Amino acid sequence: MLAKTETATFLDELFDQGLLIETGVDGLYGRSGLFEAIGDGFQNLVTRYGGADDPEVVRFPPAMSRSIFEKSGYMKSFPQLAGTVHCFCGNPADHVSLLQTIEQGGDWTEGQKASEIVLTPAACYPLYPTAAKRGTLPDEGRLFDLMSYCFRHEPSKDPARQQFFRMREFVRMGTPDQVTEFRAAWLERGQAMIGELGLPFMVDVANDPFFGRTGKMLAVNQRDQRLKFELLIAIESEEKPTACLSFNYHQDHFGKTFGLTTAGDEVAHTACVGFGHERVILALLKHYGTNVKRWPASVRQSLGL
Amino acid sequence: MNIQIREIIARTVELPGGIADLVDTSDLYEAGMTSFGSVQLMLALEEAFDVEFPERMLNRRLFSSIATIRSALDELRSENVGV
Repeated sequence: MLAKTETATFLDELFDQGLLIETGVDGLYGRSGLFEAIGDGFQNLVTRYGGADDPEVVRFPPAMSRSIFEKSGYMKSFPQLAGTVHCFCGNPADHVSLLQTIEQGGDWTEGQKASEIVLTPAACYPLYPTAAKRGTLPDEGRLFDLMSYCFRHEPSKDPARQQFFRMREFVRMGTPDQVTEFRAAWLERGQAMIGELGLPFMVDVANDPFFGRTGKMLAVNQRDQRLKFELLIAIESEEKPTACLSFNYHQDHFGKTFGLTTAGDEVAHTACVGFGHERVILALLKHYGTNVKRWPASVRQSLGL
Repeated sequence: MNIQIREIIARTVELPGGIADLVDTSDLYEAGMTSFGSVQLMLALEEAFDVEFPERMLNRRLFSSIATIRSALDELRSENVGV
């Protein structure tokens, strides 16, 4: 018993308490009602901080068009994280051979064909072409409120690094001034919001996990230009705190890629603030313990728990 | 060598105004080179000059002009002499 306590990880504790449910795959978990209730409380808090800006609410399924995914350039930067949906497209004879292969323990997936669907890697990816289709942005630009399950192929025992996780996002489109003002405002608001929850955090300049040696260069570029900031909270490790919120300025990347233009007929710039849904829940559980009834009254009140 | 660097930029990096009007010290990012363009340029330079930029050189400034690229290549080549 003692040995188990000594070696038990935070993930073990979450399984033991039934907050997360094992599926046999690292990073792919079910969630309990309590876990979801904490999350609902957090989402309402995000809405309380961001709702006054009157964002347009849009929800996409956790998958997107493969052609839009290809156009986005995601594979240039993060090929290691992408997940594609493959399906059986054969005839009855192929079906027989498929079943035989499964029966024999062979690789039945070899014959699967790529479908027109790719798993959403970040909540905002399906949004840009949709917004561009509406034509030129109005003078005041646009602001969207998104939330989606996202997929990133990175199996891990760290509960804060799941393969399927939810991301809430506010996405701003407009002139460089409009979108950088938005990001600066959220850098402040995000800190006030996590401060309200009493969680210890730090904010730092950051980079995305670009792939390979060339990715090193992209990462350095991103940091040099201070395009990404993260609000970090210790969850799995004190030394390497986890990014729970991120504040990103994409410059004209998505504007150029998807043909988004401002009222002044310039290429639109975009920025987003992302909230790691599960990560904030996990940060709360780590910091205050898994018995929610014992959480400080002020925190429970903020979350409506 | 600067001419060779210029040719490599011309064929690997998309610059809205082209490269003809740029001098060796002109800022390539200001001329419209994207981050991904700079990565393509890095790979093309490595192939053309048979070098590999070490991690400490993988930064934005190094690839910002023909002159900075030239001095990095000179540095790499002098390091490799006698190896």
